[in-house]
Amino acid sequence: MRNSLKASEVQVGDSLPPLELPPMTRQTLAIYCGASGDHNPIHVDLDFARASGLDDVIAHGMLIMAYGGRLLTAWTSQDNIVEMDTRFQAMTKIGDQITVTGSVTEKTERDGTVLARVNLSAADQTGEIKTTGSALVKLA
Amino acid sequence: MSVPVLSAALVGHQTPSFDVEIEKGRLRLFAKAIGETDPVYFDEAAASAAGHRSLPVPPTFYFCLEMERQDPYDWFSELKLPLGKVLHAEQKFSYHQTAYAGDTVRFHGEVVDVYHKKGGALEFLVHRNFVTRAGEAIAEFDRTIVIRH
Repeated sequence: MRNSLKASEVQVGDSLPPLELPPMTRQTLAIYCGASGDHNPIHVDLDFARASGLDDVIAHGMLIMAYGGRLLTAWTSQDNIVEMDTRFQAMTKIGDQITVTGSVTEKTERDGTVLARVNLSAADQTGEIKTTGSALVKLA
Repeated sequence: MSVPVLSAALVGHQTPSFDVEIEKGRLRLFAKAIGETDPVYFDEAAASAAGHRSLPVPPTFYFCLEMERQDPYDWFSELKLPLGKVLHAEQKFSYHQTAYAGDTVRFHGEVVDVYHKKGGALEFLVHRNFVTRAGEAIAEFDRTIVIRH
């Protein structure tokens, strides 16, 4: 059955189980390039990245946001996700080890449905924040 | 002072509608690309056991489907956005219902906001896409791009 969290089970301050990713590889970016349809060469073509003034290719921001989606859908069925937003703060480089974390910051009610506001953040092994954002999730 | 590239007159500019069929194999490849371990996203039996009628479209995948057009950056050229200076600043999704493999969804886009910060050094444009299936709302998403001077 689809997993829905009960309003009584979710409290402000709760942490979602963190999502720890392996170090970023060129292969991951190549597969994401094909799977996402985002063929911007800055993510896969070292020559292009260098010509653009970077030392190396960088990860797609939307890949990091997709990890945030994984964190949420591991916590609740995606039918319960009402909104999700992300601000891209820093570039993710090859070798960066991303961990996505989330916590409940608010419980609110809209049209008779209880909703949880979740803050999301992705950071690398040095603690540099790559993305911040939030989501609004329906509770049963 | 830098010369602004974006004008408030761009608000309301429509980008072409198009239809996309959501392919099962593509969803499986996307699941692999993001390291998805939840079988609901790549195994139909698991999806069915979880109450889904097929593989569900994961939360951020609408952004990818929108890139299915022959030239996903066509409106960048049309609005004369300097590609080399454009970065993805923010992304937001709002969901109404889940779409599934096998569905055909329609995208329609519109520029909904243009603003600047730091005395014009940073110019922002918000492009909103409306995703529908047979006329029913599935999702909307806003892509905010920034031009740095």
